[in-house]
Amino acid sequence: MKRILAVDDSASMRQMVGFTLKTAGFDVTEASNGDEALKVAQKGEYDLVISDVNMPVMDGLTLIRNLRTLPAYKFTPLLMLTTESGTDKKQEGRSAGATGWIVKPFNPDQLLATVRKVLG
Amino acid sequence: MTELSQQEQASMDDASQQYLTFIMASEEYGVDILSVQEIRGWEATTVIPNSPSHVKGVINLRGTIVPIIDLRQRFGIETLEYGATTVVIVVKVAMSDEHKVIGIVVDAVSDVFSVNDADVRDAPDFGDDTNLGFIKGLTNAADKMVILLDINMLLGSEILPEASQLSNLINNIDAQQPQAVNA
Amino acid sequence: MEIDLSQFSQVFFEESLEGLESMESELLKLDVNEPEDESINTIFRAAHSIKGGSATFGFTQVANYTHLLETLLDEIRDGRRQMTGEHQDMLLLSVDLLRNMIDALMRKTDFDDPLLSQLEKRFTAELEGDSKDVSGDDATQADTKQTPDEQLWHIDFQAGIDILRCGNDPLLMFTELRQLGELTVKLDEASYPDFVDIDPEACYLSWHLELITEQKIERLKEVFEWVEDECTIHYSSSAIDTGETRELQGDSESAQASPVPESTQASTSTSDSLPAEVVKPKIVSQAKSPEGGSIRVSIEKIDLLINMVGELVITQAMLGQIGQQDEIDEESLLSMKQGLEQLASHTRDLQESVMQIRMLPISFAFNRFPRLVRDIGQQLGKKVDLILKGEDTELDKTVMEKIVDPMVHLVRNSLDHGLETPEIRASKGKPETGSITLNAFHQGGNIIIEIIDDGAGLDTDRILQKARDKGLVADDEELSTEAIHQLIFKAGFSTADAVSDLSGRGVGMDVVRRNINELNGTIELKSTQDKGSRFTIRLPLTLAILDGQLVRIGHHTYVVPLVSIHESLQVEPQRINRISENHELVRLRDEYLPVIKVFQEFGHEADAVEIKDGLVMVVDSNNEKIGLLVDELLSQQQVVIKSLEDNYNKVPGVSGATILGDGTVALIIDISGLVSLAGITNTNEHAA
Repeated sequence: MKRILAVDDSASMRQMVGFTLKTAGFDVTEASNGDEALKVAQKGEYDLVISDVNMPVMDGLTLIRNLRTLPAYKFTPLLMLTTESGTDKKQEGRSAGATGWIVKPFNPDQLLATVRKVLG
Repeated sequence: MTELSQQEQASMDDASQQYLTFIMASEEYGVDILSVQEIRGWEATTVIPNSPSHVKGVINLRGTIVPIIDLRQRFGIETLEYGATTVVIVVKVAMSDEHKVIGIVVDAVSDVFSVNDADVRDAPDFGDDTNLGFIKGLTNAADKMVILLDINMLLGSEILPEASQLSNLINNIDAQQPQAVNA
Repeated sequence: MEIDLSQFSQVFFEESLEGLESMESELLKLDVNEPEDESINTIFRAAHSIKGGSATFGFTQVANYTHLLETLLDEIRDGRRQMTGEHQDMLLLSVDLLRNMIDALMRKTDFDDPLLSQLEKRFTAELEGDSKDVSGDDATQADTKQTPDEQLWHIDFQAGIDILRCGNDPLLMFTELRQLGELTVKLDEASYPDFVDIDPEACYLSWHLELITEQKIERLKEVFEWVEDECTIHYSSSAIDTGETRELQGDSESAQASPVPESTQASTSTSDSLPAEVVKPKIVSQAKSPEGGSIRVSIEKIDLLINMVGELVITQAMLGQIGQQDEIDEESLLSMKQGLEQLASHTRDLQESVMQIRMLPISFAFNRFPRLVRDIGQQLGKKVDLILKGEDTELDKTVMEKIVDPMVHLVRNSLDHGLETPEIRASKGKPETGSITLNAFHQGGNIIIEIIDDGAGLDTDRILQKARDKGLVADDEELSTEAIHQLIFKAGFSTADAVSDLSGRGVGMDVVRRNINELNGTIELKSTQDKGSRFTIRLPLTLAILDGQLVRIGHHTYVVPLVSIHESLQVEPQRINRISENHELVRLRDEYLPVIKVFQEFGHEADAVEIKDGLVMVVDSNNEKIGLLVDELLSQQQVVIKSLEDNYNKVPGVSGATILGDGTVALIIDISGLVSLAGITNTNEHAA
């Protein structure tokens, strides 16, 4: 079973993402900011990390940058959850090392399709 | 507990309901078994000030406060003395979006019968304005006429039929007692 | 698959309301000239979160409006726009508006407030002023001929060298393509570098792909959308049978899968002096969650509970063992007694801990006041300092929810009637800025909440005159200062000349007191002219439990709330005055108290039929003292309040029931209800 780490400071978002993915058979762990997520990621091995961009303590892009420095996560798919879809945001994400993005609002089917896209 | 062909047939049918029957002043009444929570003996109640005479008070039912109503008095029939054989039927009465738990004092509990919807006939119309909503209908069980009560209408609504009228009603129904319905 | 999101919307509502609170408190603290970055960020994040969540759950009205806020805040935090006082006002008004919108969503009612469009116009006007067009990607779709038939696509894909380091995998992209039709993949071997030059983590490869599919090019581009900027991709298509090829743009932006929020629309409204016209939103009572909602509990409290239950289980097991013995000898009896003591102590501890769970710090109630005081102070032109003390004091969640309205009323009173304008204060030699203090602390088993102002105090002459005008007091009657103060609690009493929006409606103090009484609490007032007023609210810590005095009347046991009892005494005949057939007074020191013969009101028998034969219990009823005639005082104990109304009805004179140690039910006396039952109205009667 693939393990997914979902990071968002909004509890309702986490719940929605968690529920959708768990129902689809994934193992989901939640974190509420980048700092927490980094710690969690280091303790376990995750096949995919989905993270919001705007979070307190450590935002999503910094999290992604930090994850990429860890050997275990060099090539792991890391997705951004963002409401912003402008070109500069995309480039910022890519420079930080994001695999791709999911634009909010999304519905559960879109989320699942994207997750399957990166996990095969 | 005699078994009736009517009962056997009814329990095999879909359109039947089970009723708990009880006796009060020589009449047999039935209430939907699903509304019956439990049956208890009589225990001393705590009196509620300025309450109608048929409200005997409240008891502690496993932590919940439950009022006890004397059905005889409710119907305007003289009450009996309570003793070791007095029975209280605790029922769940449906209100708008929740339910109340109320205990009713009766003379004795009779039996549980399955009654087929087809075997229930309407209570006779007496032509006056008495609100008969609390009587679901009449049926026969074990060669006796059973008056099926709608417990929600009897205990749940604000406007309850006048007690004296109730006893008249019952007497009238009795007087008109039809022959037993064949299965 | 159908996934129902509505189960999560409750969390979203709670979260959003919390977000709005933090937005509000940051906005209030903000120094407009030098706003702190962290503050702006917090405000931004709150708006951003609400926007995202509301969009996901389909609450478009909220999402669209919050988008405006977010855009403005984004510009401010990026330094592209300077924060102004007007922004602060607009944002504060937005908080109110959003609260109402969310409340409407929670109640599933329609939301219709002209303020919404007013604020929308203000924001749009503000944003379009000098900001760049913040439009998202307008999908410019490469013009493609719609061919519903299958086509053969040739895709030359040269991977960007770093894509693996971003977690992208060409293999997965090809797998996705395979789902669209028939795919053939050919590696371009020329792309291979020499072995020595290979960085194993880089991607050097190129492929030529052929895909037979009905899908249009937009769908194909979606497969590569994340990496398209770093890769070189070339698309061409040919009809399968004709072999005709069509070249297409390789790198144009692909269509976004999800709709993009529209940019702020050009608006022709000029920014008038809108502040004057702004309709104040009706402040909906800020229920954070509907009554009976949920509560956040700290893990420590839960762990404590679990420990206690553990202790309880052990003690129970021990007693159970003893109980199983065939014979109980002295030793077991001793153990059993010890066990029972332990049981009692654990149960007490458990009870305390469980009640703790419903307790929240009163700061939740206090935190709406800075805003309230600021707004009303501004409205009235008064300068006020709000001091909050004892914000950590905890009380039951439900009690807190119910005490907020009375508190708001009292504070509004202070602002309106209590505090004077700066000029008047100056003329009295007081500092121009007045102060209102909210203070909360525990005392005995209660929580005390004080509302203190250093304003003008109660104007006793005016109050007395008003009472006389309304016929509440006889013209020649003299009243002590305290008695005059109590007049403000009478129904229909108000000294406001015009019905102001605030507190002049005369709905006031009697409702406040009644609300507090319903919580089994009391309210007291101390006031000095020109110095100020202090209202003291005393509330039990919880609604579920009462400290009670058991009394016997006849063979019935009743419970009287201990907090209301002053004293109990036997009264000699000479101190009893009979006013009429049913009204008797008792002289207590320098007061005369009406006495209620409880057994008469309740319609049963009693030992003491005359006052001289029984005990008179002096109790509080709406700040007045009355006497209750009882036969005997029994024990004092904490009782758990059980509802009589759940299965029966409201009973006049009775506020609830409880279950005594012997399992029987005892009724709890509602003193003010009893007073109404007895028909006692005016207690200021004097015996002839």
